[in-house]
Amino acid sequence: MCLAIPARITSIDVAADTAKVALGPVCKEISLALIEDAAVGDYVLVHVGYALNKISEEEAQRTLELIAEMGLLEEELELEPESEPTSATAGTGDQR
Amino acid sequence: MKYIDEFRDKGLARRLAETIAAEAHPGRDYRLMEFCGGHTHAIFRYGVQHLMPPNLRFIHGPGCPVCVLPMARIDHAIALATQHAVTLCTYGDLMRVPASERKSLLKAKADGADIRMIYSTQDVLRIARDNPDRQVVFFAIGFETTTPPTAVAVKTARAEGLTNFSVFCNHVLTPSALQTILSTAGPDGVQLDGILGPSHVSTLIGSRPYRFVAEQFGVPVVIAGFEPLDVMQSALMLVRQLNEGRCEVENQYTRAVSEEGNRKAQDLIEEVFRIRPEFEWRGLGFLPNSALALADAYADLDAEQRFPVEIAPAKEIKGCECPAILRGVKTPTECKLFGNPCTPDNPMGSCMVSSEGACAAYWSYGRFRATSTQPPALMLD
Repeated sequence: MCLAIPARITSIDVAADTAKVALGPVCKEISLALIEDAAVGDYVLVHVGYALNKISEEEAQRTLELIAEMGLLEEELELEPESEPTSATAGTGDQR
Repeated sequence: MKYIDEFRDKGLARRLAETIAAEAHPGRDYRLMEFCGGHTHAIFRYGVQHLMPPNLRFIHGPGCPVCVLPMARIDHAIALATQHAVTLCTYGDLMRVPASERKSLLKAKADGADIRMIYSTQDVLRIARDNPDRQVVFFAIGFETTTPPTAVAVKTARAEGLTNFSVFCNHVLTPSALQTILSTAGPDGVQLDGILGPSHVSTLIGSRPYRFVAEQFGVPVVIAGFEPLDVMQSALMLVRQLNEGRCEVENQYTRAVSEEGNRKAQDLIEEVFRIRPEFEWRGLGFLPNSALALADAYADLDAEQRFPVEIAPAKEIKGCECPAILRGVKTPTECKLFGNPCTPDNPMGSCMVSSEGACAAYWSYGRFRATSTQPPALMLD
C-alpha cells in the first residue's frame, strides 16, 4: 500500500501543478501538489498518482558506496587496503 | 531502472550477507521487526531471510493498512454503497478484503452496487465532476504515505465547490501502532531487539517521530528503504547497534528521508484532518489517538456524517489468526486455515489479501522453504 516508485520528471505543467514522469517505458501524469521546486530531470517517488518527495542523487550514491564498503570483511580490509570495493555505479537509467 | 536495479545487485547482497554472518554474535538472538508490509514483501520476494544467519530473524509487523482495517469498516463501506446508493471509489487493495458473511466490495459490486477501483484521488474528483447527479464517496485508507493525497482531494473539492464528493476516512498513524506493539512486547507478547522503520511513511513524517522507540522503550530503529540491499544494510546497522550497546534512530534511506520529512504534506494533513480519540485496528484493538477523521472545517465532506448507516456487529472468521499474526506473536503457518482453505485466491483473512500481508508473502514465496534445509537461490534476477 505504501509502495512508491522512483520516476524521472520529463515535463512540467506549472498551471496545473502536474508533471509527466517516465517509469521505465511507461509515461504517466502525476500531481506535484505535495512537493516544491520540482524540475525536469529530477527523480521523485511516485505513490497513488502523486510525487511524495524528491530522491537525492548524492545520497543514493553515498548509500551504494557504504553498502560496498560494508560488504568488505575485516580481514579483506586488512589484506587489501588498496582494493576497490565491488563496483556499484549508480544506474544510468537503463531500461530492463 | 535507476534507483531500483543498483539496489538489487546480487554480488553486493552476497557480500553484505557474509558481513552480517561474520558480525552477528552466535550467542545471542537478533529479533528485528519490519513494521511495514512493503518490507515483508521484499524480505520474502528476494529471499532475504535465507541470507541471514539463523539467529537473526525478521518478525512481521502490522504495517499493512489493508490487514489492520477491521471488518466493521468494510461492512460500513458496503452499507454506504448499498443503503445510500452512492458511487464508492477505492484503491484496488481493498476490493477483495473479507467482510462479514463472506462478503467483500468485489461481491457487492457483482451484486449491483456502484463500486469503482481508482488509482489516484484525482480519479475520484474526476468521477465526481463527470457525475454531478451522483454522490461520490472516497473510501480512504492508508498510513501517512497515503494520507496527503486524500488531503489534496478534500481541499480541491472544497475549492471547486464539489458538493457530491465526500470521504469515508480510515487513515491511521504509524507511531501509535509502534507504541502499542512495544508496550505489549515482552515475555507474554512479541520479543523484539530492533525495528526496521518504514520507508515511504518516513519520507512524509521524517525520522524524528521514532525517537520515542529508542528513548522510551530502549529499542534501536533503522529507517530502511524497500529494496533488498536497503533491507540488508539496515539489518547490519541494527546488528552493529545491538553489538555496540547503542540505541539510536538511524536512517539508512537517506536518499528520500530527512529528519523533518515533507513539511508541505504535513501542513496539509494538519489542516484537513483531526486525530480521532480512538480507532479500532484489527489485531491490536481500539488504540487511542491512532487514526484521522476530517477536521471540523471539512466536516461537511465527511461521508460518515453525511450518510448514516446501520450495520450489524462484524462477524470474524472462526479460526483466523490474522490478529495474532499482526502483533508478531504467531506466524502464518501456525494458523489452521493457512493454505486450506485460506489462500490468495480464496482469502479468509486480511493478511492473505494484500501482497504485503504476512500470510500472502508466506504463501507466495516462502511456504515450501519454511522447513527446507536447502537454502534457496538468491532471487534478484
